Amino acid sequence: MYEIIEGFLEALRLIITLDPDVMAISLRSIIVSFTATIFASLIAVPLGGVIYFGSFPGKKSLINLIQTLYSLPTVIVGLLIFLLLSRVGPFGFLRLLFTPTAMIIAQTVLILPIMIGLTISALSGVDPIIRDTLRSLGATRFQLLANTMKEAKFAILAAVALGFGRAISEVGAAILVGGNIMASSFSSSTRVLTTAISLETSMGNISQSIALGIVLLAIALVVNFVITTVQHR
Amino acid sequence: MIELEGVRKSFDGKEVLAGVSARIERGEIFAVIGPSGSGKSTLLRLIDLLDTPTGGAIRINGVDIHANREESHRVQRMMGMVFQKPAVFNTTVAENIAVGLRFRGIKEAAIKAKVEEALAVVGLAGYEERRARTLSGGEMQRVALARAMVIEPEILLMDEPTANLDPVSVEKIEELVVRINRDLGTTIVFSTHDMYQGQRLAHLIGVLMNGRFAQVGTPREVFTHPASREVARFVGIENIIDGVVVASNGTCAVDAGGVRIRTRSPLTPEELVSLCIRSEDLRVTPAGEATTAPGKNTLPGIVTSIVPRGPFSRVTVDCGITLSSILSWKVVDNLGIREGSHVAVSFAEESVHVVRRG
Repeated sequence: MYEIIEGFLEALRLIITLDPDVMAISLRSIIVSFTATIFASLIAVPLGGVIYFGSFPGKKSLINLIQTLYSLPTVIVGLLIFLLLSRVGPFGFLRLLFTPTAMIIAQTVLILPIMIGLTISALSGVDPIIRDTLRSLGATRFQLLANTMKEAKFAILAAVALGFGRAISEVGAAILVGGNIMASSFSSSTRVLTTAISLETSMGNISQSIALGIVLLAIALVVNFVITTVQHR
Repeated sequence: MIELEGVRKSFDGKEVLAGVSARIERGEIFAVIGPSGSGKSTLLRLIDLLDTPTGGAIRINGVDIHANREESHRVQRMMGMVFQKPAVFNTTVAENIAVGLRFRGIKEAAIKAKVEEALAVVGLAGYEERRARTLSGGEMQRVALARAMVIEPEILLMDEPTANLDPVSVEKIEELVVRINRDLGTTIVFSTHDMYQGQRLAHLIGVLMNGRFAQVGTPREVFTHPASREVARFVGIENIIDGVVVASNGTCAVDAGGVRIRTRSPLTPEELVSLCIRSEDLRVTPAGEATTAPGKNTLPGIVTSIVPRGPFSRVTVDCGITLSSILSWKVVDNLGIREGSHVAVSFAEESVHVVRRG
């Protein structure tokens, strides 16, 4: 018990004194997951719109599949990207395995389904009368899509925030394709909050783990705060 | 000019419109009235190209608007629509009204001027930067009207535009409808379940019943000469009496359960008919003072109820058939009638409007 309290106090000291290791890991975590969220948004939001407005055979099944993939296990995504990027894999020549780029790719793939799915839900949440009004005002197909998205912007923003939350808190894919490397340069290291916590805990560096945990929790809180604020608009 | 020809629409096998036909001229205000669920909204949505008919044709200026996609979009841009539920986009009032103009690639400066002008017309000048969602229902509906109007449509469609509004807002919207039609010559088609609104605003009324126009005519025609028993009931004729035509002494008379009523309408004996008599056209006199006159029906009876209705009383008399008359309180007092009083009910032959049954 004493060790935990001591670890907690030490953790606060690490955060307050802006410990370089803690800061570097936190910053890397945010950069990797934020980049993944940007890429995922660029794909998921337009794709969600096209799926929602499109009429094609198998649309219902596709949406069901997307919803099933919400709970895609992170290690499965990690394994998949690992196999694709490994020396013997089809993209091995890119030499991306164990780089932050590999982690960004894995996290993008991981959060795509939930962001596409929630974009579709966000658009479904727009009152049908809004859609009718836009059409009656003479909207083209593209204007209809763009303006309905505008109406759903807060719900879509919440989808993006949720995607970011899932990316930054996952550990399976990050450790498989990143490798939890602490190299001499910032940009070639792949140690992020979750992988670091996992390592430090197993090595007995409780205070380091707790400090990183607090940072991760704080980030999650900020994300949650953004979602709730946005949803009450 | 809008031509409806046998327009049909089914949803999941249920027929909502079963062959609607009418002709609406340019610059006309046309009211679609009918009970709830009679397909009024569906008809307007078909005209606005929001749904596709399952049969028949809708032609605007001679063009079948549902025939090809390219043409459809061009035609859709000639029309504006206001929906029953006031709906605004989650942005400022000015941006709401600008949407249709932006779709058409109008320049910013022109948009600003048009939006300001439209807001002034609907009485919301100075509301530009307000959040549209914070407005009242009546204000939102006026924003919706401004938004539909600012694109200068040839045809303005309004689906029960005042159904959810307070009386003051209703009056404002009605005033705007008349003004838009008069000043801009816009053809207006609106639906309402309020027959008096139809009467107040429309040049022509179509009574939609059971998926068809039971009658299309001027408000006067519809209110005084309803085409069927159902229309008569819907436009508020209180006395509708079923009977059989009998020939009597060369003139036409109708036998309604033993009571004979003479009419001016040319009829063939044995025909089954309904007689429509507006309650305002009935006179009630105390039994002793009744006089018979040619061209007049006079029926003796007993007052069964006197029910206040606004500044009037509805006096119901059993003459073998039940007839209701609307009299002012003062008249009821002067006549000295009560429930149970013996009276005579009289009305002119031409006050009896006859419709065929079945």
